[in-house]
Amino acid sequence: MAMNCNAKGEVDGGPQCALGGAAKTRRPDNTAFKQQRLPAWQPILTAGTVLPTFFIVGLIFIPIGIGIFVTSNNIREIEIDYTGTEPSSPCNKCLSPDVTPCVCTINFTVEKAFEGNVFMYYGLSNFYQNHRRYVKSRDDSQLNGDSSALHNPSKECEPYRRNEDLPIAPCGAIANSMFNDTLELFLVANKSDPTPTPIHLKRKGIAWWTDKYVKFRNPPGEGALQERFKGTTKPVNWLKPVYMLDSEEDNNGFINEDFIVWMRTAALPTFRKLYRLIEWKNDLHPTLPAGQYYLNITYNYPVHSFDGRKRMILSTISWMGGKNPFLGIAYITVGSIAFLLGVVLLVVNHKYRNSSNTADTIAF
Amino acid sequence: MTEPLQWARYHWQRLMGGRIRSEDERLYNYSSLLACGGKSSQTPKLAGKQHRVVIPHLQPFKDEYDRFSGTYMNNRIRTTKYTLLNFVPRNLFEQFHRAANLYFLFLVVLNWVPLVEAFQKEITMLPLVVVLTIIAIKDGLEDYQKYTIDKHINNLVTKVYSRKEKKYIDCCWKDVTVGDFIRLSCNEIIPADLVLLFSTDPDGICHIETSGLDGESNLKQRQVVRGYAEQDSEVDPEKFSSRIECESPNNDLNRFQGFLEHSNKQRVGLSKENLLLRGCTIRNTESVVGIVVYAGHETKAMLNNPGPRYKRSKLERRANTDVLWCVLLLVIMCLTGALGHGIWLSRYENVLFFNIPEPDGHIISPTLAGFYMFWTMIILLQVLIPISLYVSIEIVKLGQIYFIQSDVDFYSEKMDSTVQCRALNIAEDLGQIQYLFSDKTGTLTENKMVFRRCSVAGFDYCHEENAKRLESYQEAVSEDEDYTDTLSSSLSNMAKPRAPCCRTVPSGALGNKFSDHLSGSTSAVGSGEGAGEVFHSRQAAFSSPIETDVVPDTRLLNKFSQITPHLFTSLDGTIQRPPLETLYIMDFFIALAICNTVVVCAPNQPRQKIRLSSLSGTPIKSLEEIKNLFQRLSVRRSSSPSLASGKELPSGVPSTFVSRLSLFTRMKLTSPMEEEVSPIRKSSQDCGNSACCMEIEKPNNNAAITDSKVESLPGLPLASNLCYEAESPDEAALVYAARAYQCTLQSRTPEQVMVDFAALGPLTFQLLHILPFDSVRKRMSVVVRHPLSNEVVVYTKGADSAVMELLSIVSPEGANLEKEQMIIREKTQKHLDDYAKRGLRTLCIAKKVMSDTEYAEWLRNHFLAETSIDNREELLIESAMRLENKLTLLGATGIEDRLQEGVPESIEALHKAGIKIWMLTGDKQETAVNIAYACKLLEPNDKLFILNSQSKDACEMQMSIILKDLQKKTPASPGQRSLRKGSPQPPITQNSGQRAGLIITGKTLEFALQESLQRQFLELTSWSHAVVCCRATPLQKSEVVKLVRNHLQVMTLAIGDGANDVSMIQVADIGIGVLGQEGMQAVMASDFAISQFRHLSKLLLVHGHWCYMRLSNMILYFFYKNVAYVNLLFWYQFFCGFSGTSMTDYWVLIFFNLLFTSAPPVIYGVLEKDVSADTLMQLPELYQSGQKSEAYLPLTFWITLLDAFYQSLICFFVPYFTYEGSDIDVFTFGNPLNTAALFVILLHLIIESKSLVYISSSSRIPVSISNSES
Repeated sequence: MAMNCNAKGEVDGGPQCALGGAAKTRRPDNTAFKQQRLPAWQPILTAGTVLPTFFIVGLIFIPIGIGIFVTSNNIREIEIDYTGTEPSSPCNKCLSPDVTPCVCTINFTVEKAFEGNVFMYYGLSNFYQNHRRYVKSRDDSQLNGDSSALHNPSKECEPYRRNEDLPIAPCGAIANSMFNDTLELFLVANKSDPTPTPIHLKRKGIAWWTDKYVKFRNPPGEGALQERFKGTTKPVNWLKPVYMLDSEEDNNGFINEDFIVWMRTAALPTFRKLYRLIEWKNDLHPTLPAGQYYLNITYNYPVHSFDGRKRMILSTISWMGGKNPFLGIAYITVGSIAFLLGVVLLVVNHKYRNSSNTADTIAF
Repeated sequence: MTEPLQWARYHWQRLMGGRIRSEDERLYNYSSLLACGGKSSQTPKLAGKQHRVVIPHLQPFKDEYDRFSGTYMNNRIRTTKYTLLNFVPRNLFEQFHRAANLYFLFLVVLNWVPLVEAFQKEITMLPLVVVLTIIAIKDGLEDYQKYTIDKHINNLVTKVYSRKEKKYIDCCWKDVTVGDFIRLSCNEIIPADLVLLFSTDPDGICHIETSGLDGESNLKQRQVVRGYAEQDSEVDPEKFSSRIECESPNNDLNRFQGFLEHSNKQRVGLSKENLLLRGCTIRNTESVVGIVVYAGHETKAMLNNPGPRYKRSKLERRANTDVLWCVLLLVIMCLTGALGHGIWLSRYENVLFFNIPEPDGHIISPTLAGFYMFWTMIILLQVLIPISLYVSIEIVKLGQIYFIQSDVDFYSEKMDSTVQCRALNIAEDLGQIQYLFSDKTGTLTENKMVFRRCSVAGFDYCHEENAKRLESYQEAVSEDEDYTDTLSSSLSNMAKPRAPCCRTVPSGALGNKFSDHLSGSTSAVGSGEGAGEVFHSRQAAFSSPIETDVVPDTRLLNKFSQITPHLFTSLDGTIQRPPLETLYIMDFFIALAICNTVVVCAPNQPRQKIRLSSLSGTPIKSLEEIKNLFQRLSVRRSSSPSLASGKELPSGVPSTFVSRLSLFTRMKLTSPMEEEVSPIRKSSQDCGNSACCMEIEKPNNNAAITDSKVESLPGLPLASNLCYEAESPDEAALVYAARAYQCTLQSRTPEQVMVDFAALGPLTFQLLHILPFDSVRKRMSVVVRHPLSNEVVVYTKGADSAVMELLSIVSPEGANLEKEQMIIREKTQKHLDDYAKRGLRTLCIAKKVMSDTEYAEWLRNHFLAETSIDNREELLIESAMRLENKLTLLGATGIEDRLQEGVPESIEALHKAGIKIWMLTGDKQETAVNIAYACKLLEPNDKLFILNSQSKDACEMQMSIILKDLQKKTPASPGQRSLRKGSPQPPITQNSGQRAGLIITGKTLEFALQESLQRQFLELTSWSHAVVCCRATPLQKSEVVKLVRNHLQVMTLAIGDGANDVSMIQVADIGIGVLGQEGMQAVMASDFAISQFRHLSKLLLVHGHWCYMRLSNMILYFFYKNVAYVNLLFWYQFFCGFSGTSMTDYWVLIFFNLLFTSAPPVIYGVLEKDVSADTLMQLPELYQSGQKSEAYLPLTFWITLLDAFYQSLICFFVPYFTYEGSDIDVFTFGNPLNTAALFVILLHLIIESKSLVYISSSSRIPVSISNSES
């Protein structure tokens, strides 16, 4: 306790504490750590290190940017706005709430055939799916097939929790506002034949695997879906109950993939959601050959009130995802700036190296 | 019981005080300590009584005792804040004093409001809980340490009277209560405040040493209560029936009032002279008995213990304001969010998709929603206020302190101590010091007065050997163990000195040196005829050997040895006179020995410093052993054939050879004793740097002149210990010097002084009168009757300026002598100048012979003066003037207060670092200036301005004259301009070539510190390169510091070692205590304690710089990372209708500060090195960046914020544009964004660091990786 007796100077006589102090000195250890002499890397920025860095950054970024840009440009994408706000639009008639069900058809032309798998999206604009209270308005345990939650949904779902004393399944604002337009695609094979060929749109395989098989489950039970959902009611805005979303058993109820996709709330107010898959059959035929198409829309979903837009998007994908020129441009820009700076600094360095003695220590 | 209440009150006051003025925190109530009789705010009210009544704590008075004294505190002390039970609530209470913690508590509470709830309730609590836990653990550990110390002290043992056993029994300190009788022996520590009732001293005196309390190292006398002193036997507690009434406990060390009421109602007054204070040590008194009046926390010592100190560093204050800016920023961001949400919502008022109704179905209006959104936003963006900032700062400071304390450069071998950081939270202030206030004695100097040179009768004796001894002192001490080898080898091999310890010693002094080493004695060369053999052995004394072991100058010694009784016997009859010079020498040394107020310590009561750890009585035991050893030794000596005594030196033949010869015969003699001597040395060293000088002396039977006093002293032991207690160290140094020449002051009583004069034997001087030293006359005189000539002789000792004026102009003896005096005066003056140039303290010694009638007349007049009522002071001075004139100059002495090692270098470096250094000393002007020159505070070609005036007006005049003078030299007067502006920036006038130094005396300082002259004074000092304040009182010192600190708004550092520096140490931003000769008081009051002044330069230039740079950069980084991170969330609000959505999981948000980005900045803050230590030491100019706070200016903060905004924009919008329009969902969008931001933020730190230490870089990578995977 030799260390302690100094702390109480009140009764302390002097700086030394113990009689046997000679053996135990308080000399600090002379180690690299304690003396703060640990090996350290102290980079000093010199023209010799900085200039090559700029050039290397430039030389790496520009090719990457070009690569990404080209890939993005090779992606085929067609976007059709069918909101119908313009009077000329075929869907204009559907804006009035009286016409139910309202079906409208939009013609469009594919100039160049789509190769590979084609993804069909519906896009919504100005739809704030990321609103805090909207995002929260769901009951994950209900969606996971928990039977108690099915009949007694979480409070988060309020006010879409109960309707007429029956629990809503699926509850909450997200489910309630589910996109319910139906889109169908037809190819007009040739001018001579007016009967359009429907394009096969695959309904399954559009949701994340983990969502479909882990997060979303139908309520347990033996009987038909309708039995399992007994005692619940459909969301207010829905036209039909949740067990009638699809005809197939493994794509119905909570594990309906359209429903799952909708429930994954979009990050930004303008978003697209995968609607259908157009599978690539074989090498001989393009998935969507060039030609005249028309889109059949069963118009249910109102977006007019919030100035929203509805779009149908057909797109192929590449290794980097959907069409987006931004990333390529960004890479090219940054690379160019770095390269340019490198050139400027090289000139500066070359010009002023001899005039100042600190040739190698131009600090940036 | 009152304690928790007090505690609450104290904290309430602190809380209020802290809110009103943060300045207050730095002002400690030292003023109450200084000011006499000041009201004691800490006085606990005791049952509404103003006085306390102390009744003996014994059976007969039990009822009465319970009535009066039962409620008084007992002696158990508890300095801990917490107990096991109250730790949690009290610690929480403490912690919520912090605004930041309150803020986070508020957030947690806010999150429980359903309307604004942003996160899950439980998650929000997590950071706060973690932070509180860390701090609580830290507090707990600190408190536990205090607890162990308390326990140790409480369990110390003392002797308390027990009625049951009718004797004093051992008892723990904690069991002592008020009213107990305590018996203490010499060298024991007083356990509580006692009223002294008995002392073994016949005069009823007890000596105590208060160095532990007020730092003063000299002994203080305490008096037994009147009426008890006369009793012969020890006071019997059984018969003690009086009661004591005294004032309530207070913290005034210099006041104690009360009375003791005997059973017959007779009252005896009590004063502080009767009070023994807790924490002091009994010295020189065999044993004492006292009754406890205050115990435990009510003792004066404890009431003076201010407890832990809280200082907030400048940097932290700066950071706090910026935290407030952050809060403002947060509010702005939240307002933006609230407004945005309101506006956004009003656009979609009837859209149920987004405007989700309340659970009860109704829809809240956009305004109300906006209002709710504001609070939601506050919860969401809370990360902006860095919760971990305070924890991290604290951890970083601990790390920094750890590294400061483990710096091996601060280790002092002598003290076995390294730097002590007593205040844990102001390390970074070390890097911003602008003004340094230093004490002189003991701080710059070693506070060891060393006799260096003297000039007698016009001859300068430069004491080269002594100088060399001083140089090699350090080596010599460490080589003590080897001296045996050295001795034998050098004896056989004298011409070729080989051992390191005699490297610098010329052969002539070799002997001296060895004998010095051997026994620590002054050598007894030329003991004269019939003087027998004298063998001195002194132990390392309270004043260390460096002061006491003076090696005589050989030349002077030879002349000295001519003094024999012959001279005086022949003086009587024949015309033959001894050479004048010899007489001068003799008088000179007699004056040195007797012209003082030195007290010779009684032989058997060694003054011994003991330590806490050696309390169990061991030192006394070992002392006893030492004594025995010495006794054995001397017996052996006397029985062995005395060679040296037979070898009588031929008188009057000064021969170096002979004296050397004699020395070596002595050496041979002493060598067989080595084995004995060395254990003695060792054992005495074991008792610490112990404090006594012992002399073994064979009684001198051959002495021609007998001294009745000595012989009448009953049982003067063979081994006598001589120890000189002097008012000032210089006096002691002179007495020690005289002793080196065999002119030993033996004893002093009010009537006579006995000096053992080598050749003449003991001489007894009848002490007729003493005119004590005062600062006006600057001299002191003693009037004695010379035993040889039987004349009345006045010996005067004083400052050269004072004495030189008083020398006789006309000598009655004739032209020849007069001429001689003139020559001596001229020569001495030259020597004095020389000494002063070397920074020695000079004193002149003079004498005057009076006839009996002259003396009688003077005495009559003096008596009149003494008894007069009006103008007594002046009359006394006049009377002194009448005595001290027509003096004959004997010589002069030069005493050195040695500068500590490395002081000039340190001062130079600190000057270069742009620190203004002021020297505040209580010493006189000449000395102060000398030292200022010696330590390079003043340069030889500096222009000195001396402010020394007797009135305020004169002071003002003088200042304006000097100012004009200065302004003339430099036309632009930045000082004036800036002072007028009100934000004074002291100009640095180094560029003008000539630097100015200002000397101000205490008297003038008093005027200068007055309100009206403050500005002028500060302006003046801002022109001066160095300022020396001499004759400054402790209070003035603190006022100077306060003035500079408050008016110039600069960072100040005060360094000092003594109790007189405590006030300034506490007032300054940083107080540094020097572990030195003068006890612990300064250290106790300080923030940092170092053992030598030179350590200050590394402490400031390297550690100060580092601590400041590290911490300021770390704080800035904290702001940066939080702003950068939170802005990601903020930008997202623009895309989610300002609805308060976070695009990442709550856990990631919460863990951002706690986990992902906590360790790297802390490591940075502890280990970063922008410049290496060597560079910092070589280029003190680098320190100036810290002084100007360049690393962390207000602008820097905003730039950092802008940078953070920019980086967060990049981090947000690159992913935004990349994912724009895609089917990305909220979390899939948030995660890459989050990860990118984290990487950028961590990379930013790597870019910021100037050096990447291996462990710091390796710890960063795992953190980043762990997050990117999340």
